[in-house]
Amino acid sequence: MKRGVPLIITFVVGTVLIFSVFIPPMENLGENFTLFFDIIAVFAFFLGGGNLLRVHLTKLTRRKRDWEYSIVTIVGFFFMLACGLFKIGNPGDISASLTAEGSWFQTIYDNVFVPLGSTMYALLAFFVASASYRAFRAKNREATILLIAAFIILLGRTPLGTFVTGWIPDSFSVLQIPNLAIWIMNSPNLAGQRAIMIGIGLGVVSMSLRLILGIERTYLGGEDK
Amino acid sequence: MMNAFTPPLALALVDIGRIISLTLIAAGLLWLFIRAIKLKEVERRVIFLFIFISVAAPILFPTVFKEKATPVVKAVFDKIESLPPGSKVLLSYDFDPAMAPEVQPMADAFSRHCLVKGHKIIYMCLFATGQGQFTRTMENVIRPEFPEKIDGVDYVNIGYKAGNEGVLNVIISDFKKMFPTDVNAVPYDSIEVFKGIRSCKDLDLIISIGGGRPGIKEWVLFVGDPGDVPIATGVAAVVAPQLYPYYPKQLLGLLGGVKGAAEYESELVAHYSRFKDSPTPALLMMGPQTLAHIVIMAFIIIGNVLFIQGRRKEGKR
Repeated sequence: MKRGVPLIITFVVGTVLIFSVFIPPMENLGENFTLFFDIIAVFAFFLGGGNLLRVHLTKLTRRKRDWEYSIVTIVGFFFMLACGLFKIGNPGDISASLTAEGSWFQTIYDNVFVPLGSTMYALLAFFVASASYRAFRAKNREATILLIAAFIILLGRTPLGTFVTGWIPDSFSVLQIPNLAIWIMNSPNLAGQRAIMIGIGLGVVSMSLRLILGIERTYLGGEDK
Repeated sequence: MMNAFTPPLALALVDIGRIISLTLIAAGLLWLFIRAIKLKEVERRVIFLFIFISVAAPILFPTVFKEKATPVVKAVFDKIESLPPGSKVLLSYDFDPAMAPEVQPMADAFSRHCLVKGHKIIYMCLFATGQGQFTRTMENVIRPEFPEKIDGVDYVNIGYKAGNEGVLNVIISDFKKMFPTDVNAVPYDSIEVFKGIRSCKDLDLIISIGGGRPGIKEWVLFVGDPGDVPIATGVAAVVAPQLYPYYPKQLLGLLGGVKGAAEYESELVAHYSRFKDSPTPALLMMGPQTLAHIVIMAFIIIGNVLFIQGRRKEGKR
């Protein structure tokens, strides 16, 4: 019973969603099922918030390592929640947009969240440079091809590529670095990506069938009986 | 190379700063190259220092390069250009602040282009943070540059809904079911922009800006293909190679990273003189990107010199 109900739900929902694509009268049913999914997805936020609090409150009460950061997380969480729920500083009334200009929510978003997010992403530049120095070495034929391709793409993504090979006449324009970079993206990259995508697509179809037919049961948790 | 946004008096200082920083980087790299021949490894903190200088110098002493739109970018520009005024364009902000430096300039450029052409824009997002990013477009583009445009008449923001591809699966057949109001709680039926629109199939163009999931792949799979709606995108540079299989049939064009955004901005400035003084952040960011790429390439060369020298030494033994 404990496993039977989820298996039946998965079978019914999966089958209806597949048939709704091919049988027009069932279209509306498929749409409604998707709408139910969207409503359920909203509850994931409550679950996520609750889980975040549980983890950090436990850390705080048991004085685990770096428990001080949990205070920042919890205070930040409740402060942003209050700013959003009560629309503090919002120029409009309670029905106005959460992110209206001048609202506390948007001000904190602009001045704290945006710089922090951008900073974290910007750090990648340093690690990419360090990793390129260590990894891109012409150790064998494959590595050399990868190295040459990386060089062409790096040059092609900057105006330097045009500057270096701009003198090549138009009849040989394919040899200009930006055009070579486009060729790498449009031919070898495209072929590789397409092969990966077709592989993933086939994998998704087979996994979906296994789920719908109840063969794959690991998502239910516990041992697969 | 040319200068932009630099008052004449400060020009000399900018040039001096540019020359000093470039000399510093070139001399440093040459020194590291000579050390590499002598089989001396480069420490990680030295690489970090070079990257810091190569990114900081073009920001402190702005350098703007001329850009020419490549066919993948030009296709998006031409599509917006060819649509008749009043066409319905959906811009989906599917990104967060981490991706914003790369894709926010694209979002702003698309908004500028659509508004100047007189298209009606529907803003939405599949990322919760997209709504905050739209407010930045509102503050930096719509209010200052298009004060005559009216919310609800020329554009509308319907905001964020949870559910990822589930949201798309519904709006492909009925917008109102998923978005009964806009973000200001104005009912769907009283929003001017939505007149004549029941679903995504009634749109003239959809542009997803982002690079994560949910994003452009979901738009193509759940809306573009089943609804036969033209779709374009602007994504972070790391994502662009994964999208080439969709181009040009399922994706009419794509902007990849800062370079794509810079190409679009230059195209916009070239076609519309009113944008000559508008901010072009992507064009400005091409300076740091170019110099950083050159430094990375230099380090790859240094790494290979070290590797070859090391091999030679081992061979002699």
